Amino acid sequence: MFETALFYAFSAILLLAALRVITARNPVHSAMFLVLAFFTAAGIWLLLRAEFLAIALVLVYVGAVMVLFLFVVMMLDINLERLREGFWRNLPLAVVVGGILVFEMVALLARHVFEAAPAAEPGPGNSNTRQLGLLVYTHYAYAFEVSAVILLVAIIAAIALTLRRRKDRRYQNPAEQVKVRREDRVRLVSMPSERDE
Amino acid sequence: MSAPATLTDFLLAAPELVLLTGACALMIADLYVKDPQREASFIIAMLVLLGCAAATVFVMWGTGGHVAYAFNKLYVADLMAHLLKLCAYLAVAAALVYSRQYLHERGLLKGEFLTLLLFALLGMMVMMSANSFLTLYLGLELLSLCLYAMVALNRDSALSTEAAMKYFVLGALASGLLLYGMSMIYGATGTLTITEVAKQVAALSGKTAERHLLVFGLVFVVSGIAFKLGVVPFHMWIPDVYEGAPTAVTLVIGTAPKLAAFAMAMRLLVNGLLDLAHDWQQMLVVLALLSMALGNITAIAQTNLKRMLAYSTIAHMGFMLLGLLSGVVGGNTYSAGEAYAASMFYTIVYVLMSLGAFGMLLYLSRAGFECETLEDMKGLNRRSPWFAFIMLVLMFSLAGIPPTAGFYAKLAVLSAAVNAGQVWLAAVAVMLSLVGAFYYLRVVKLMYFDEPGDTAPVEGPREMRALLSLNGLAVLGLGILPGSLMSLCYIAIRSL
Repeated sequence: MFETALFYAFSAILLLAALRVITARNPVHSAMFLVLAFFTAAGIWLLLRAEFLAIALVLVYVGAVMVLFLFVVMMLDINLERLREGFWRNLPLAVVVGGILVFEMVALLARHVFEAAPAAEPGPGNSNTRQLGLLVYTHYAYAFEVSAVILLVAIIAAIALTLRRRKDRRYQNPAEQVKVRREDRVRLVSMPSERDE
Repeated sequence: MSAPATLTDFLLAAPELVLLTGACALMIADLYVKDPQREASFIIAMLVLLGCAAATVFVMWGTGGHVAYAFNKLYVADLMAHLLKLCAYLAVAAALVYSRQYLHERGLLKGEFLTLLLFALLGMMVMMSANSFLTLYLGLELLSLCLYAMVALNRDSALSTEAAMKYFVLGALASGLLLYGMSMIYGATGTLTITEVAKQVAALSGKTAERHLLVFGLVFVVSGIAFKLGVVPFHMWIPDVYEGAPTAVTLVIGTAPKLAAFAMAMRLLVNGLLDLAHDWQQMLVVLALLSMALGNITAIAQTNLKRMLAYSTIAHMGFMLLGLLSGVVGGNTYSAGEAYAASMFYTIVYVLMSLGAFGMLLYLSRAGFECETLEDMKGLNRRSPWFAFIMLVLMFSLAGIPPTAGFYAKLAVLSAAVNAGQVWLAAVAVMLSLVGAFYYLRVVKLMYFDEPGDTAPVEGPREMRALLSLNGLAVLGLGILPGSLMSLCYIAIRSL
């Protein structure tokens, strides 16, 4: 009973937040509403006992993706009027495409293909984070390693595409600094003392 | 159920392991290379490719040519994977030799190019040996990420950056389509392993609701494959990327990844969804027809050679599909082996011709001069009769004129289509390839009958001249004696 009430509360907030994402005039507000939507979706996943997905959603999407997105929104000077220009012109096409998508999803869901029994309760000390960990490092070890290589390639590509060595840049070389000897810096000049006359 | 990986698993994946270790070693070793020609890095890259070939032969010998699975059936080692991998090593090695001088003259010869190229090859190998939607998708992403970065490597050129951006956005969209289709199929069958999917699909044959879901997923999967092959209507990225990327990178994109895309189509459609062949063959008919028509007709209007070759790729991939779509006739698979082998032969021959054609563009380019328009081909016979002859062989082969390999490849897929009863489709294909012959022969006409506009001597490194000659002669030789490669392809397909 309590869970059902929570589910409806989360769902209501999620739908409202999602609606505000596309209707808010200020892009920063949109982004913040999207964060709210992610948090409530994470809540719904927690109700389904999918704690790993919930945590990953908050960590990855809220923690990394949305923060990055906010940076971009703040750094770029986006002209809101220009973004809205094509809205009414593109609306008919968008309605048609959206309508087809809704129809297809309804047609599929109405066939009861996706009806599944409620998931079994995991026993004590047996969370699905643990199960996922066991699978990823044994059953899917090969796929896991390939994903690691993809991340490595992402690093190489990002560095190759963005690192620029400037010719006129001045920098310190600590190794050279440490190796310096007194003779390099101080020059002893013997000068005959001058006598006051 | 979830057994940890054993030594046998790692032994079966030896080629991938050799390449991964080698690529990482190259990445570190290259930091210490001071020589601007990167002699040492090139030698390491070649040694890594040799090591991979040795490892592949070792696995082939160890398994005795039988199908072997590793890592809980995420990985498969069969003859098709071995043969395609060996071809991919050759293509990458040739790409290295052809592109070295070009990259050096343009300041693009950096360790990153070599490392990304080797990682792209790793992605292709993962795709060729994938027996799970998961590994197939990961291999595809690994390959695509490397290619996006390589297109943008010349980062001060607006054209390259634009091409990379287009490639990236459209590629991400295609990956999304493919994933969506895979998730639908997973929803219907409850498994990601391709061999299991095949069993489940056969078991679901009577249930209409699941069947609808499968076909719904199949549409998206075919779209994803079509994008990677670059067939109409998913071809928009090809001309822009081919033209915008540095020619050396175009050479890479236009060759080995086609082998991986063919492997992807075989794994998904034939290994996994053969029971739905009736549905996907109809989709492939439409894709093949549109590609051959649009590719051949639009190529006539191009003055840029790279763009012309891009449209020719689209037409050739459409032609290649003729074999894939004539495997299953009226529910029986008697002629499937020959039809798929014809497609495989076509893909390998196309890669060989494409290597030669782009290699020639690289050979004729020099510091401060890009050979990329039809004008640049004028009077090549006066400047270098031998390389004009090699180009003539390549163009004849692309057009499908005997006695070159391109003719035999076209003949093989056409006879597969006729055997499957697709006579009208074969007839249309022949008409369209006649249209296509026009723009290949135009290049020959420019080379032999026009005055050269450019009198600079044609020269290049010795190993490049040797390999380019060998490449052209191989196209000629495979046309005269196609039997051995054809029977290799047939054996590889039969082992599936």
